[in-house]
Amino acid sequence: MSDTNLSVLYDVPGPRARRRALVGSVVVGLLTLAVLYLIYARLDDQGQFESDRWSPLLDPSDESFQAVWKQLGTGLRNTLVGALVAITLSVAIGIVLGIARVMLGRRSRVPLVAVIEFFRGLPVVVLMYMAYQLLPDLGVNYEPLPGPDAFWWMVVGLVAYNSVIFAEILRAGVNSLPGGQREAGLVIGLTPLQTMRMIQLPQAFRTMLPAIISQMVVVLKDTSLIAFIGGYEELLRKGQFVYLNLKNPLQTLLFVAIIFIAVNFTLSWLANLAQRRMSRRSAGRGINPIHLDPGSAGNTTL
Amino acid sequence: MKTSTLRSTRRLRTAKVAAVVAVGVLALTACGGGSDSDDDGDAEATQATFEAGTTMETLQKAGKITIGTKFDQPGFGLKGLSGEPEGFDVEIAKIIAEGLGIDDDNITWVETPSAVRETKIEDGEVSLVAATYTINDERKKRITFAGPYYEAGQQVMVRSDDSAITGPESFKTNADLKVCSVAGSTPADNISSYLASKSQLTTFDVYSKCADALRNKQVDAVTTDNVILLGLVGDSDGAFKVVGDTFTKEPYGIGVKKGDTAFCQYIVDTLKKASQDGDYEEAWTETAGKVEGSTVPTLPTADACA
Amino acid sequence: MNVITDNLDLFFQGFLKTLGICIICLIGALILGTVIAGFRVSPVAPLRGVGTTYVNLVRNCPLTVVLFFIAFGLPEIGINQSYYVFGCAALIVYTAAFVCEALRSGINAIPAGQAEAARAIGLTFTQNLGSIILPQAFRTAIPPVGSVIIAMFKNSAILGAFGVSGDLLGNAILLTSSRGQDPTAVYLGIGFFFLLITIPAGLILQYLERKAVILR
Repeated sequence: MSDTNLSVLYDVPGPRARRRALVGSVVVGLLTLAVLYLIYARLDDQGQFESDRWSPLLDPSDESFQAVWKQLGTGLRNTLVGALVAITLSVAIGIVLGIARVMLGRRSRVPLVAVIEFFRGLPVVVLMYMAYQLLPDLGVNYEPLPGPDAFWWMVVGLVAYNSVIFAEILRAGVNSLPGGQREAGLVIGLTPLQTMRMIQLPQAFRTMLPAIISQMVVVLKDTSLIAFIGGYEELLRKGQFVYLNLKNPLQTLLFVAIIFIAVNFTLSWLANLAQRRMSRRSAGRGINPIHLDPGSAGNTTL
Repeated sequence: MKTSTLRSTRRLRTAKVAAVVAVGVLALTACGGGSDSDDDGDAEATQATFEAGTTMETLQKAGKITIGTKFDQPGFGLKGLSGEPEGFDVEIAKIIAEGLGIDDDNITWVETPSAVRETKIEDGEVSLVAATYTINDERKKRITFAGPYYEAGQQVMVRSDDSAITGPESFKTNADLKVCSVAGSTPADNISSYLASKSQLTTFDVYSKCADALRNKQVDAVTTDNVILLGLVGDSDGAFKVVGDTFTKEPYGIGVKKGDTAFCQYIVDTLKKASQDGDYEEAWTETAGKVEGSTVPTLPTADACA
Repeated sequence: MNVITDNLDLFFQGFLKTLGICIICLIGALILGTVIAGFRVSPVAPLRGVGTTYVNLVRNCPLTVVLFFIAFGLPEIGINQSYYVFGCAALIVYTAAFVCEALRSGINAIPAGQAEAARAIGLTFTQNLGSIILPQAFRTAIPPVGSVIIAMFKNSAILGAFGVSGDLLGNAILLTSSRGQDPTAVYLGIGFFFLLITIPAGLILQYLERKAVILR
């Protein structure tokens, strides 16, 4: 929220209000500190600050330090690889699905819409379990694919869900273009497909970019769902191995969380940057970058 | 480091029949480097010859093997910080591989989550699975089990200073004793038949609460699968111990391809030999048996290979 | 398909349990989310700080990690609860951050004149927020908050994956892994039941949206 909008909620504080706000700030600050201290005391009481719980993570001279960070580093790399593969495939398939949905006639797109609604309505973790148990049952064999099977359980689960989301993003992107763009394309003799490919898509795709990057955060977070099944050693799974060995779940998970948060912060920041650039560049043409249409239920992913 | 010393000591055991004099030399060289352990493996390989066309022969010729195990089961199969899995299942699998002349460096470990174990064996992606794999009829339809090599089952855990409870039978003789398990679970069902009255059973939703209740003397015992109990004992800093034998049976077997009776028989024989020369016991004491209060299992009598 | 008819009770029981989790967490997340949103717009700077920190940390952390943290971390400091309680707690803590952001976008959308008018007639910050801004913000926020809630319904499946027994995914894992049932039928079955939650929820949301628009 911008500060101007925020300050609308309360007056520019006068002396009395300022005093009150100050008292409030002090009280809340003290309360926060008190809560933090209580947590600290509890942790300390339970021996959570003993150095053998922390030193493998913090002290480079600890004998496990290198091994631990090598494991977590590999985990992060695997998480990034998984997210990248999943997002690439999702965008590719999403574009095909999205174009199909926009271009097909009202009747012929019914099956497509059904498929989209099906995958959109299911939890990603269930889709991963389906890739893990249902698809092999139907005769799908992951063995020819590179990497462990579990990598593909994860990727298939993620792609099944996110390609559908991207299809919807693309549809919103195409629909947000002024109608004249398409009409102009058709008038100069392009086929509808050519118009889509040469006129509508390039513009729509640009407006989609911020949405794609923010969806990347979602995908990155969702890679950790494979830890429930196991078999692919992404960051959380590696963290699990580490704390099972060191018996320090709280400490190890704290670092896993910090790594995830740092990576996602960077991505969110990139998304914002892309959005700002986008709105600057397209301001004159009335094309605004789109976010997921908040009105269409079920599009949001957390 | 731990696994390598374990490996070299086991090597020593197998070698001691051959030449007692050489033991000292071997002990030195085994720490020296990879080439020596290769020699050792080859020496083994010349000892055992397998009929042509058997799985053993194929694996021996290939000199490498892929084995499925768990990576997140402390004591049985847990991926260590070095990246190599450690545990009882892992050691058992290493004994089997060693008998084929395959040393540890040539074993590829694959994590096999529960639902894919049969599929992985059927597809031949792994030669065998040692992954806290309970033998049951449903699974026997798709694969063959060699073993059991360990009998998991329900046991009773008490406070270390308690000598009144010796096993599940103690609850019938003394109706004041309280036992804890998880609500609605199979272990809670199983213990019920050993109780004098229903009120002896306290149930919580997780075992850690049972452990707390035991520590605070709200209950006198906790019962569930011994594998879980071992973990609780391990976390208790010596406050708890396991007493009595298992009173339910969950036999762990080695999964191999359906109908490969020769391989199955080989595994059974290898494990029998390992139990005679102490390798089996060592595999236990170095891994799951590190937990205080655990007793060394004896190798159960193997089922017929079919 | 016999698997489904034979185990219809398990599917139905799982459906009800999942629905129960959804409703508990819906209420929890809405309450906590509103409180955090209140923090984030409050005139007291430290409260804003707490709110902002909470939202930024939780939103960028996978739900799975939040869940592991709560379920494996809290017992380390002597807090023991069932996985069910831990699971719901994680879902609420996680979703609340998104509810907060959705509400804030709702507050943002209220024309400044509303707040100015309220202030002009002498309402305090609390009165302003409680009587003027929030009632309208809730209405504008229905679509984004609703989407967040539907996403939370789907996220509730991770409780089953985590080992809370008896919900839809938990029962599916039980049927396929322990009882060796045909995975295809089982997963199509629970897929159907999940859609039975998410699709009606989407329709209800659309209905509410339309109603909110008329009311404006």
